[in-house]
Amino acid sequence: MSPESRDGVVYTETIVHSPPEQYAADAPYQLAIIDLHGGGRLTVRILGKTPDERAHIGDRVAFLEEKNGVAYYRKV
Amino acid sequence: MAAGIYDVVVAAGVEKMTSQSTPRVTEILAGAGDMSGEGRAGATFPALFAMIARRHMHQYGTTRDQLAAVSVKNHANGAKNPQAHMRKVITLEQALAGKPVAEPLTVYDCSLISDGAAAVVIVPLDRAHEFTSRFAKVRAVAQTSDHVALDTKADITLFQAVKSAGEKAYAMAGLGPKDINVAELHDCFTIAEILASEDLAFVEKGNGGPFAAAGCTAINGPIPINTSGGLKSKGHPVGATGVGQICDVVTQLRGDAGERQVARHRIGLAQNLGGSGATCVVTILEAA
Repeated sequence: MSPESRDGVVYTETIVHSPPEQYAADAPYQLAIIDLHGGGRLTVRILGKTPDERAHIGDRVAFLEEKNGVAYYRKV
Repeated sequence: MAAGIYDVVVAAGVEKMTSQSTPRVTEILAGAGDMSGEGRAGATFPALFAMIARRHMHQYGTTRDQLAAVSVKNHANGAKNPQAHMRKVITLEQALAGKPVAEPLTVYDCSLISDGAAAVVIVPLDRAHEFTSRFAKVRAVAQTSDHVALDTKADITLFQAVKSAGEKAYAMAGLGPKDINVAELHDCFTIAEILASEDLAFVEKGNGGPFAAAGCTAINGPIPINTSGGLKSKGHPVGATGVGQICDVVTQLRGDAGERQVARHRIGLAQNLGGSGATCVVTILEAA
């Protein structure tokens, strides 16, 4: 998969304030389902803590890295 | 029972949840979702339904106030139910100012972590009189399933499993949504009650929010939903909830619901959900 095809557009999102035990240290964190440019949908993390970095429905997001099976993105 | 293999069946559910911390309960419950994708990314059940709510708001203009209206209504109903876990009336302002769990959902959008148990006795119709004169007749039971993960569904504002179970149950009973006098719907989150009211065709898709806010699902509304207080106020002991909903519908059909009794109570419906719409059971009962 090319790096560009891993980029996408936010289909829906939330900011999780009450995390499961294993992700307690990350909270609050943004979770989103994105439509990938290369096709299909994926549930991902959007990195960022400031209001500017928050992604909304329709925003473009770029793939950053995959760690422990989780894909991390940032708002473009 | 329908096959004639058993004479008498007891269906019982029980759950104890309050002995664990909220983060631990959140983690255990997340195990009922898709752990390979959503769960690993950090999705909790509130997060999944928050993403459904966001999308529903985006597509249909559903508002925060409309979600809160579901919670206010269910708390008002639960306050009248002696068996409810949280018998507390709340205001719209309180619901809106709740601590965020997964935006846009606050604690007032989320069902409770409860202990509870429920049981029903199921017998062939011709033997029911041996047990009670106040039985309810099973008009339909339909169970359906769908994909587990939200990111595998084309449109997350609709639960296909609920829509299909409703259609099958209505067909089996020879009834339609307009024939239902009272319903217990699986309001694990406020948005879930709105979706279920649409997917079971009590209101057209997208209008569940205004429908609830207008009082159409209140005890004196055209389709009273969750007169027990629902999972929000009565409580959500997960393993007992499905059977509990049947008990709540039967209470209404018998005319035993006291302050929260609905005026017309011949036909009742219960809808139970598994995961984020992965499975659904719809039951339609008729007063004896």
